[in-house]
Amino acid sequence: MTGNSHNLPETIDATIEMLAANDYVAGRALGTILFLSLKMGRPLFLEGEAGVGKTEIAKVLAKALDRPLIRLQCYEGLDVSSAVYEWNYPAQMLEIRLAEATGEGDRSRIENNIFDERHLIRRPVLQALQGEPGRAPVFLIDELDRTDEAFEAFLLEILSDFQVTIPELGTIKAAEPPIVIITTNRTREIHDALKRRCLYHWVDYPDAESELEIVRRKVPGCAEALTVELVAYVQKLRQMDLFKSPGVAETIDWATALTELDRIALDPATVSDTLGTLLKYQDDIAKIESSEGRKVLEDVKSELAKAG
Amino acid sequence: MTTTGADQTSQHQAVTGNAIVLPVSDDPGRLADNIVLFARTLRKAGLKLGPASSRDAVEAIKIAGIGSREEFYWILHSVFVKRREDHVVFDQAFKLFWRSRELVEKLIAMFSPVAPDNRPKEKLKPGETRVNDALFEGHDKQRPVQEKPEIEVDARQTASGNEVLRTQDFAQMTVEELARAKRSIAEIVLPFDKIITRRFKSSELPVRIDPRATMRAAMKTGGDLILPRFRARKSVHPPLIILADISGSMSQYTRIFLHFMHVLSERRRGVHTFLFGTRLTNITRQMRYRDPDEAVDQCVGAVRDWSGGTRIGEALHEFNKHWSRRVLGQGATVLLITDGLERDSIDELEREMDRLHRSCRRLIWLNPLLRFDGFEARARGVRTIVGNVDEVRAVHSIEAMSDLIAALSDNRRGAWDPRRLMAPVNRADQSV
Repeated sequence: MTGNSHNLPETIDATIEMLAANDYVAGRALGTILFLSLKMGRPLFLEGEAGVGKTEIAKVLAKALDRPLIRLQCYEGLDVSSAVYEWNYPAQMLEIRLAEATGEGDRSRIENNIFDERHLIRRPVLQALQGEPGRAPVFLIDELDRTDEAFEAFLLEILSDFQVTIPELGTIKAAEPPIVIITTNRTREIHDALKRRCLYHWVDYPDAESELEIVRRKVPGCAEALTVELVAYVQKLRQMDLFKSPGVAETIDWATALTELDRIALDPATVSDTLGTLLKYQDDIAKIESSEGRKVLEDVKSELAKAG
Repeated sequence: MTTTGADQTSQHQAVTGNAIVLPVSDDPGRLADNIVLFARTLRKAGLKLGPASSRDAVEAIKIAGIGSREEFYWILHSVFVKRREDHVVFDQAFKLFWRSRELVEKLIAMFSPVAPDNRPKEKLKPGETRVNDALFEGHDKQRPVQEKPEIEVDARQTASGNEVLRTQDFAQMTVEELARAKRSIAEIVLPFDKIITRRFKSSELPVRIDPRATMRAAMKTGGDLILPRFRARKSVHPPLIILADISGSMSQYTRIFLHFMHVLSERRRGVHTFLFGTRLTNITRQMRYRDPDEAVDQCVGAVRDWSGGTRIGEALHEFNKHWSRRVLGQGATVLLITDGLERDSIDELEREMDRLHRSCRRLIWLNPLLRFDGFEARARGVRTIVGNVDEVRAVHSIEAMSDLIAALSDNRRGAWDPRRLMAPVNRADQSV
């Protein structure tokens, strides 16, 4: 569809395999939408709880496709000068003084010298539009919900035409549109107009099977029996009424922590000592450390014993 | 996979009116037609889909090819679903649509508007309610059937935890009322209503130099004269979240509150509105209808528990769990409108009020049943809430919206400090 056809996977299965080769376990749904987004040249809009691997997709994609990764971390008050471009003012001042010193009188010459590309500081958006042909970068717009509506509206323009206008230089258009991945944690609703231009995917917590696979790949030192137990435990926690359920990132952290502690099975004392890697709210920790939490571990153990 | 709906296509194409030109003239089958029909079905079920989405869907199918049913499902999903809430509607619609023909007929009969001469705007929303009712059948089975209130009971100063589902009619807003409301809303000054952002605007005050503007201005003189230009931080209204109680004890004020929220939603950005009695309903989208009466009608349709009991703790729990992280970002102010008469679980109320208080920048409690002077917070629910808010505002009587606005705009320093209400209660018995 677009010129973006270099080394892109040809089928949905190839997409999933490509991610798997880089240790990212993707379900059919994610594989499909990623494949379509690459093929149709549409931005991919990923929404989901914190720690389910949204940002990781962009990183893995950049690695698998051998493209540079350009990341725009959004925050409140993000504006053109930190997102798109900025002029190097000290250098420009110097240029003016130089013109004075050499007695340069031609106005347009001075102006050309001052607003020269040499003095242009490129910020992520501009970098993303100026990739080499055939190797358009992966452009990650991370946590879009943290910025305000004004920036969102500005982004609309970029995502539809892949060009920006710098008044002093003119319009800069991407030779090849970058692969755009937008993530949000849903701390704010993103406007429909922006979503309409993207392919939307809700990144959910993985099922037990995928999560096992993820832990095996990410924490290879973790004992097999422990892996099975801790994944079953985390899956159970997610069914409880917690303020913040643990994400995949937390599972991986926990597995790493338990491996570092040389544990090969879960016991109540270890769980309570290491709970801080898994749950980040005091209310939730208090809940798990009560009798209810102990029951979860017993349930997991008995269920696993039953399954053999 | 059996494609269905093809037979209906011809007749429904005529109904569509706005023909969509699809780039699939070489397509021998009727898949494209069916996808368009499917998109129409989704639209009627309340998804916000433009004509372009049908085109995208056909394009996506052409690129990915048709494999298994699951693959087909996710391809259409990627194009049609733009919000997480839409997933469940899509799922149901997909299962019904891409199956047997009888079901599709039923579905279409279900989606078809009853009165054909309705305006399209009105057609769409009732359709949505019906789809949702159909889709979520079984969820509500344990609850009593909707009923009209038969006896008018003045339920002020009483509270009950029982859930009674009712519909509600409100008197419409008169032209004069509307004009007055808009005028007074324009004058409203909410407490702590401005936050300084990290964005800049140009300014006359010589505090911060704006290098970009300075450089541009210098170019006018060819660089001979570099006059500094200045900028200052911009301040904006923070998002405003309104949580309003619509239980029986508050029912006589509900109409004024609804109109207040509507005018406020129209005038300001970032206003999110929730109503609660025994359950929590987000009516932010309904409030976006421009006409106040229509917006109120939409709310009436969306809310199921008018003038029923109150479960403040439970409603706040739901808000904290599902919405607080989505709407309380960027320094939001929360306006909690309730009489605080909670019967059930004070513990839960305490926990959830505490959580809410810590999640927002400023929590203001507006109590329409409170006489501030000489009042002691004695009811346990009231005491619990008072202990967890930044401000308590009282309105003696609400005859009109101006009373409400006067209470909110009154910014006497310290006058609304909740500690004033926390007079020690010696008696162990706390009456409600």
